[in-house]
Amino acid sequence: MTTDDVVLAPRRRPGTPLTWVRGGGLSALVFALPLLVIFGVFSWLPIVRAVVMSFQKTNLITTSWVGLQNFQNVFADPLLPVATRNTLWFALLALVFGYPIPLVAAVLMREVRRAKGLYSALAYLPVVVPPVVAVLLWKFFYDPRPEGVFNTILGWVGVPPQPWLQSMTMAMPSLVLEATWAAAGGTVVIYLAALTAVPPELYDAAEVDGAGVWRKVWHVLVPQLRGVLFITLILQVIGTAQVFLEPYLFTGGGPANATVTILLLIYRYAFGNSLGGNYGEATALSLLLAVFLAVMSLVYFRLTRRWSTS
Amino acid sequence: MTTTSPIPPTTPRPVLGTVPGEVPVIPGAEPVGAARARRARKASSSDTTDDRSAVSVSDWRRPSVRWSLGTSHWLLLVLLVVWCVGPLLLLAKFAVTPTQDILRTPMAIFPNGIAWSNLSEAWNDVQVSKYFANTIVLAAGAWFSQILVATTGGYLLSVLRPRYARVLQGAVLATLFVPAVVLLVPLYLTVLDTPVFHTSLVNSFWGVWLPAGASAFNVVLVQRFFDNLPREVFEAARVDGAGPYRLFWSIVLPMSKPILGVVSIFAVIASWKDFLWPLLVLRNPDLQPLSVRLPSIEATTDKGVLMAALAISTLIPIVLFLVFQRMFLRGAGLGGAVKG
Repeated sequence: MTTDDVVLAPRRRPGTPLTWVRGGGLSALVFALPLLVIFGVFSWLPIVRAVVMSFQKTNLITTSWVGLQNFQNVFADPLLPVATRNTLWFALLALVFGYPIPLVAAVLMREVRRAKGLYSALAYLPVVVPPVVAVLLWKFFYDPRPEGVFNTILGWVGVPPQPWLQSMTMAMPSLVLEATWAAAGGTVVIYLAALTAVPPELYDAAEVDGAGVWRKVWHVLVPQLRGVLFITLILQVIGTAQVFLEPYLFTGGGPANATVTILLLIYRYAFGNSLGGNYGEATALSLLLAVFLAVMSLVYFRLTRRWSTS
Repeated sequence: MTTTSPIPPTTPRPVLGTVPGEVPVIPGAEPVGAARARRARKASSSDTTDDRSAVSVSDWRRPSVRWSLGTSHWLLLVLLVVWCVGPLLLLAKFAVTPTQDILRTPMAIFPNGIAWSNLSEAWNDVQVSKYFANTIVLAAGAWFSQILVATTGGYLLSVLRPRYARVLQGAVLATLFVPAVVLLVPLYLTVLDTPVFHTSLVNSFWGVWLPAGASAFNVVLVQRFFDNLPREVFEAARVDGAGPYRLFWSIVLPMSKPILGVVSIFAVIASWKDFLWPLLVLRNPDLQPLSVRLPSIEATTDKGVLMAALAISTLIPIVLFLVFQRMFLRGAGLGGAVKG
């Protein structure tokens, strides 16, 4: 990589604008333009603005500095602890539903001899379904009447009809069940890729030592997967911390705030009030969430670095 | 430096389409890897021992292993069909079932005949055709802006490498660590009143297209790919008198079809799935895509017609997946592109 530098980098000679153009400076700038403009306006500027706005109050016409007032208001909101608890509950349930099963499925799928592609295609299919469609479809499945789809199925095995989304205790698990349906395929495919990357010599070595199938899985596969297991864990935490679509479309946060998540709260601050959004508080809360997520992804980045170089 | 070095996959797309629990997908094809994958595919089709897994050929000969694994594979297949495909099959059935039957006996198989009229009613009366067209136009524009920024940016950072490339690359990479939530409100205010021009992009497709281009993840992906292209070819082209534009258009882009395919497919699918951002920017129902429109027609539309509309919305992504399956799975699989 470093040797190519010399060949292809534009000549770096200090001098007049003319030598700059001859050296490829102008054409480089032409290629830089889309990136500079798009990232500048739609990424870098909003990021800076987020930090600034969290200390301001604005009604889009006049803007004033309010110090830490936004943060104080956010912390004083009685819904914040509720939303935090709900988001953590969602994340925990998502881990319980969506973490171990894809792993077992992937380990099994790795051993499939015929029609391997069929298995992974089937598992991945729900991932490509538009999330809005999935939610609206499942909302109908969760019909609380005895004639509802899930209640009909439960009726076959003699279980009485359930209230699903209308019950405070069942609403969140119902949301997570749909979210798991929609996302588990991606996790399976990541595990499959990691399983394929296990060096075959390790199996040979284990066999020479007389290991059976179970011991190969336990002593060769699982240790080799440790890295990717940790990564999917963090990815899932980062993803579930930003859950919005399910509570917004399934329940709108109800019943009795049982499914209000942090992102739903941010949305309500900024866009929930038709009289004008409370943009300062919304950005303050999103910054708080972002700091938490940044720490998570930093940990992630550090660890993947270490694993990829070792 | 290894070619598979991981990219932090927080992928904070400015376009908020946060699906809870969705694992961000990191496709990372490189030429070498593609060739390797092709070889592996060939190998596995002829079923050689090249494709080694925990259960060896001799293990398979043992009756206990053969029986238990065989059974669990069949069980897994049945579970996958019921759990993953079942809901979609139900959707397909509902799309052509009379509303009365959907509400009274959802699990019965067409007790009172098939209602093909659901589909035409959804397409014409509920104006799914219009929202479908909006969705396609949005996806096309988002695709174009992502490809434009990613290829020119990748070319600049990987091949031209001006003095400021390092700083620029750092600034692009840094945005990967900023979760999408942070951008939501300030990006909305930016679109409401764009800097310099002071126009509002609300109720304009540009408000969705332009922010879609700011995907650091695409830039990194394309740049990594360009990094792995053979420099000798570039050098030869230069000797033959190709300038930077010619080199980009006639040499680099044609050599990059695999990565452009991956970026394209994920750009289209992401745009098709997107909900929150178009909901905020496109307030005018005439401009809204399917994903935004479906929830708002949900309450007022006949169940059968709604189901038909849902089925129509799912069709294109599923067809794309079935056609480009390998690209999807390879791309998603490299999401864990970490050497275990």
